[in-house]
Amino acid sequence: MDTDVLAARLRALVGDAAVITDRQRLRTYECDGLAQYRVVPAVVVLAASTEDVAAVVRECAAQRVPFVARGSGTGLSGGALPHADGVLIVMSTMRRILEVDRDNQRAVVEPGVINLQLSDVTRADGYYYAPDPSSQQVCSIGGNVAENSGGAHCLKYGFTSNHVTGLELVAPTGEVEQIGGKAPDAPGYDLLGALVGSEGTLGVVTAATVRLTRTPADVRTLLAAFPGTDQAGAAVSAVIGAGVIPAAIEMMDALAIEAAEAAVQCGYPEGAGAVLIVEIDGPASDVQQVFEEVEGHCRAHGAFEIRIAADDAERALFWKGRKSAFAAVGRISPDYIVQDGVIPRTALPEVLSSIARLSAESGVRVANVFHAGDGNLHPLVLFDDSVEGESERAEEVSGAILDLCIQHGGSITGEHGVGSDKAKYMPRMFTDDDLDTMQLVRCAFDPSSISNPGKVFPTPRLCGERPGRHQGVHPLAEAGVAEVF
Amino acid sequence: MTTSPPEPPVSSPAGTLGTDARLSLTGVQPGEPAFDDHRPPSAELVSDCVHCGFCLPSCPTYVLWGEEMDSPRGRIYLMNEGLQGEPMTDSMVEHFDACLGCMACVTACPSGVQYDHLITATRAQVERRHERSRADRALRSAIFALFPYPRRLRALRGPLRLHQRTGLSRLLRRSGLLERLSPQLASMEALAPRLGRPQPVPERVAARGTRRGTVGMLLGCVQREFFPGVNAATARVLAAEGFDVVAPAGQGCCGALSGHSGREAEARRFARELIDTFESTGVETVVVNAAGCGSAMKEYAELLADDAAYADRARGFAARVRDVSELLAEVGTVAPRHPLPVTVAYHDACHLSHAQGVRRQPRELLRGIPGLEVREIAEGDLCCGSAGVYNLLNPEPARELGDRKARNVLATGADLLVTANPGCLMQVASALERAGTALPMAHTVEVLDASIRGRSPDVFGADRRRETG
Repeated sequence: MDTDVLAARLRALVGDAAVITDRQRLRTYECDGLAQYRVVPAVVVLAASTEDVAAVVRECAAQRVPFVARGSGTGLSGGALPHADGVLIVMSTMRRILEVDRDNQRAVVEPGVINLQLSDVTRADGYYYAPDPSSQQVCSIGGNVAENSGGAHCLKYGFTSNHVTGLELVAPTGEVEQIGGKAPDAPGYDLLGALVGSEGTLGVVTAATVRLTRTPADVRTLLAAFPGTDQAGAAVSAVIGAGVIPAAIEMMDALAIEAAEAAVQCGYPEGAGAVLIVEIDGPASDVQQVFEEVEGHCRAHGAFEIRIAADDAERALFWKGRKSAFAAVGRISPDYIVQDGVIPRTALPEVLSSIARLSAESGVRVANVFHAGDGNLHPLVLFDDSVEGESERAEEVSGAILDLCIQHGGSITGEHGVGSDKAKYMPRMFTDDDLDTMQLVRCAFDPSSISNPGKVFPTPRLCGERPGRHQGVHPLAEAGVAEVF
Repeated sequence: MTTSPPEPPVSSPAGTLGTDARLSLTGVQPGEPAFDDHRPPSAELVSDCVHCGFCLPSCPTYVLWGEEMDSPRGRIYLMNEGLQGEPMTDSMVEHFDACLGCMACVTACPSGVQYDHLITATRAQVERRHERSRADRALRSAIFALFPYPRRLRALRGPLRLHQRTGLSRLLRRSGLLERLSPQLASMEALAPRLGRPQPVPERVAARGTRRGTVGMLLGCVQREFFPGVNAATARVLAAEGFDVVAPAGQGCCGALSGHSGREAEARRFARELIDTFESTGVETVVVNAAGCGSAMKEYAELLADDAAYADRARGFAARVRDVSELLAEVGTVAPRHPLPVTVAYHDACHLSHAQGVRRQPRELLRGIPGLEVREIAEGDLCCGSAGVYNLLNPEPARELGDRKARNVLATGADLLVTANPGCLMQVASALERAGTALPMAHTVEVLDASIRGRSPDVFGADRRRETG
């Protein structure tokens, strides 16, 4: 459809000011947090309400125009990468906290609400929103729902999917559906489970009902410095092996520490080859006991310095180094890839030494940051795009790290999502049948494949990953095994 | 009677560019790339941005509108587009103009992106290369023919006082007439502080007690004419802390308003004159009590980097500049404090906290006063909307931010609002007035002064609130 005609129709639906077609403005939306992938959208719509989103999606469905939803644009897999012929629906303008129901421990928020702001608003009542991606000060809850985002404290508290009890969804047909609610579990198929983490391929969420978690009575945080990642990794295994579930166990290696120091002067112990940040929360008496146990494991595995946060300010400083690590790497390298993979925790030492070998062989530096407790790795692959061949070499190392994760029985993404970046790795983890079955779910929601097309799945498949074209019957449907709703 | 340096004729400020005349507006062809090669925003600094978005929630315009092009990340993207050859369109300029220059994003950025340098360079290009509407040009000419010139501000005092005392001001505001005619003029009228009597600072004030050194003092323009009590208090506090204070009578504007608005040639002229003035006094340190002025003076090295005659001197001068709270925290205080039983909300002026990194010092000085309690203001890192002359050029967003700040200030329940910048004082006072609240306000040094002199907190009483600021 002609862009001018499309834009005119959209203006009639949502108002002139909410529709952007100016090239320079459009270009500011051409990428999200993964800036290597850039596509200028045909049109940007700044959504103000569910009605806006539904109207835009209905128009897109009628014209078979693809659409992509975008929150704060901090995603690291290119999940909000626009479509060149499509509409980018910006949700950062829908950011009201609609309800805080303290007694039922629920909040209802628009998708553009920033993760940390929900905790800021509910803290005075003794509650917070538990999922805490490192970008929580800026990422939106809608984006968290799309990516099923995790964070440092997901080891104990679970991912976004454990905290969403209801969603308002504008389906790819333009219908507005209410799924779930404040009750903890709805009968029937777990549609919330399908929607959370679907990366925008099943529609646009316009409101989320989320759990509020009681602020723990006591929190204690320690920072342990080790000579290297082997010792730190062994300490992590010992802690978890002893049946202790800390709120968080995070690890950073020497290069990541160097970057964080350069950025935020977090003052981690000098000469550390690795640091662990361990946080214990809960009732005061439990915390004390568990804390001593953790400290003992760290010392037994070679920690040469252990600091205990004396107050909130010091705790914040421990975390500041960790939480700004991704962006901080910009201080020590002009360009870098933030990788995201998962391995069984016990494979940590082996995978780390393989990564070190890959790095030495290729001459590409790799800094490591992990959610060590649940085996979620974030290797940061450093390169300089202005040096010829470096970005390709970095890309190779980055891909090889994912292969390592798969070889050890892990996964190609822990929390950043597949998006544009990892679609090509999906066949390394899943068979064609697996992928086809996933497509059936997608087709059930989005028969025209206009909702964030081109993401998650490696190539155009089945019910028309290419918008506007139907591509035949699914083999399972043809065999009578499954049916398209 | 003090004398100011020669002032250019009001009618043609552009005629005074002198050696910088080559930087005046030249005919820019449509479709030409946004930036020419005279100090464009640095491509290297632009490439430092990794697009993480951590700056977004710190940015006042993003907080207001939630749009990418009105966030620091989006503006850097637009600068990059300009560097890649996109022309300087009205829409591009609109987003640069909407930036308050509060530098909260510089504080928030984990990658160390120097947005302050980027926006300064961009604004200078915009001023030289972008044709503004006639009304906008007229407004800007009027602002910059007035504010950087203390003598002209002084000439305005009489009529302004009359306007305020006769009730004409109240009448005008109630009628909404000015608001309809020009929102910009209306906000200028509303922002003008209620004027008290002049309190000129002598050229030399002798240290009291053991002498610890000699410092120069910047009098400022708005500070000098609209908040004379702040300068008087600054001189008294410095003297009480053992410093001889030298306040050269001939000093002019520091160029902050010009520099932060992209009027590079004008800012350079002011900077050179100020350097000359203070160099002739031989002082080791130049003390500033206005956050915007201090941040501009600390940037002189970059401003005059390509001026052969001034580059070294500018570097030396910039290194000697201190905010008054910064200096006092650095050398330690000696003057005994008397109790001042009052609860204050401390408001961080952006050009003190974000641009100069001075946050701890004023709080420590205030907490050092027996009986005084300091309360933090929610969203303390968010600009109040003053931002130099921003509230005159962009009254709507400035008013929204001002109202938001006023709500957060009132929520502290404090008796007194303390901050360190005349612009913030005027902006927040006018927002509080809209909210129908009379909260006394003071500059940090006025509070220190009251404690040192053993005055009661009543000196900041509601009846004096707009007078001492």
